[in-house]
Amino acid sequence: MSAEKFQNPVVRWIDHRLPVFSMLDHEKYDYPVPKNLNYMWNFGVLAGLSLAIMIITGIVLAMSYTAHVDYAFDAVERIMRDVNHGWMIRYIHMNAASFFFVVVYIHIFRGLYYGSYKAPRELLWILGVVIFLLMMATAFMGYVLPWGQMSFWGATVITNLFSAIPVVGDSIVTLLWGGFSVDNPTLNRFFSLHYLMPFVIAGVVVLHIIALHRFGSNNPIGIDASGPQDTISFHPYYTMKDMVGIAVFLLLLAMAVFFFPNAMGHPDNYIPANPLQTPAHIVPEWYFLPFYAILRAVPDKLGGVLLMFGAIAVLFVLPWLDRSPVRSARFRPLFRIFFWLLLIDAVVLGYLGGKPADGIYVVLSRIATAWYFLHFLVILPLLSVFETTKPLPKSISEPVLGASKGAA
Amino acid sequence: MAKSDTKKMTASKRPEDPGRRDFIVIATNAMAGLGAVAVAWPLIDQMNPAADTLALANIEVDVSKIAEGQSITVKWRGKPVFIRHRTEDEIARASATDMSDLRDPESDQARAEKPDYLVLVGVCTHLGCVPLGQKTGEVRGDYDGWFCPCHGSHYDTSGRIRKGPAPTNLEVPPYTFLSDSVIRIG
Repeated sequence: MSAEKFQNPVVRWIDHRLPVFSMLDHEKYDYPVPKNLNYMWNFGVLAGLSLAIMIITGIVLAMSYTAHVDYAFDAVERIMRDVNHGWMIRYIHMNAASFFFVVVYIHIFRGLYYGSYKAPRELLWILGVVIFLLMMATAFMGYVLPWGQMSFWGATVITNLFSAIPVVGDSIVTLLWGGFSVDNPTLNRFFSLHYLMPFVIAGVVVLHIIALHRFGSNNPIGIDASGPQDTISFHPYYTMKDMVGIAVFLLLLAMAVFFFPNAMGHPDNYIPANPLQTPAHIVPEWYFLPFYAILRAVPDKLGGVLLMFGAIAVLFVLPWLDRSPVRSARFRPLFRIFFWLLLIDAVVLGYLGGKPADGIYVVLSRIATAWYFLHFLVILPLLSVFETTKPLPKSISEPVLGASKGAA
Repeated sequence: MAKSDTKKMTASKRPEDPGRRDFIVIATNAMAGLGAVAVAWPLIDQMNPAADTLALANIEVDVSKIAEGQSITVKWRGKPVFIRHRTEDEIARASATDMSDLRDPESDQARAEKPDYLVLVGVCTHLGCVPLGQKTGEVRGDYDGWFCPCHGSHYDTSGRIRKGPAPTNLEVPPYTFLSDSVIRIG
């Protein structure tokens, strides 16, 4: 930690007065990371990268955007046709949003599988859920900005969710709109908030990382590092491993941007918003579909809204629903089965959310919704009591090096 | 490192060659640097004028309606362009000026394709204010051309700087006469 570790006299001069280099050095070399992390642990860094890409491209897009109902659609088309490289920057922003959610969903399911939400990382997990909520709000408001048909009707439907609140619901919706329907004031405030929220997310990410570095990363075995022999420094080992993931991530993102830029969007959003005509089949962006399916599964307005928000709220209390002291699913044979069932359930909900809300789809949505809540509210607490877990290794090294060395 | 250096030296004749690993690190960093520049460029270049801005970069003006001695101001690329239908006296004074009196020597013939019509970008070359002298009754400065109220630059009847802080003459935009009465600016 002493200043002498830096060769460069300028760095040494600055670090003596403002110890940023020591801090970086500390995180890079002194921060112990379990040596057995697999590629699932790339997704935190990838989420951070996605956030950076979104903020940079977003700031650039805002330079050519006009938040007015008469100009917004044309402003976006102008970005696509006239602004230098505008088409690419917008396609990166659009697709990186989807990739951000892919990465974050994998990050969340990684946490679920390896029990990363358990003590002492409950707050770390809760901050993560907060980031997820903020992401959803940001993505929703960003989708409104191009002011196409899906923007307008998405905004109408989602803001109307709040009208389900008893007594004050309608007043809240009027407040959100700044009028009696989604209109210019709504677009203006959504733009303002869409610009603000990523920086709020960045702030919570800092807290997320502070909480992470308190006890360090969880690992595939889910037991704490027993000493220096179980850990390696972040740099160069995990910086290099993250670089591999980043390369693959950017490759896939470039593929989407340059070859399938609209694959994850909806063609109706290239029709200018028309407050007098709802599209025949309105769906949110794919990353909201599981929650949208839950909303539609309930034949009651308030009930649907409550269940939809409940699907996320349940994640906040997850550390207290799953009381099993064993973190990793590797040592929980029953939990592992139910984990995969939950993953399938989430995918099925996503599929159903994109289908019309009638016939067999409604029935299936109800079953899948019931299973989702059953998993968290009934199965996990019961497993905590009745599951027989496999014996845990004594240390992170043991499974690789054998009991005698690992115990040392 | 020492081991790989020895290996490298046998493979290469030059002993000062960096080790193979150093080469890989430097090459990787260089590629990353190139990639960063390639990514940064579109993000910066998007601030340059867009295609629709460039498409609107020229205008056509009918000058036949301007009476002798009168001026009009038109907007071109967001800036005022002065078009003055000059009197015989103004033309005579502009062309009679001795080059040694000028800060930015330029003949009047070089500045006006047809001497009757003087076309200028109406932006003071000092710090970008719009000089006075377009409307009847406005101050025209000591040389009866234009006068910039911001910091007191005086321009003559050819739009040349004669007095005050401005370094160069009022700019003549690129223009052509499409007919006797219509000019295209830009």
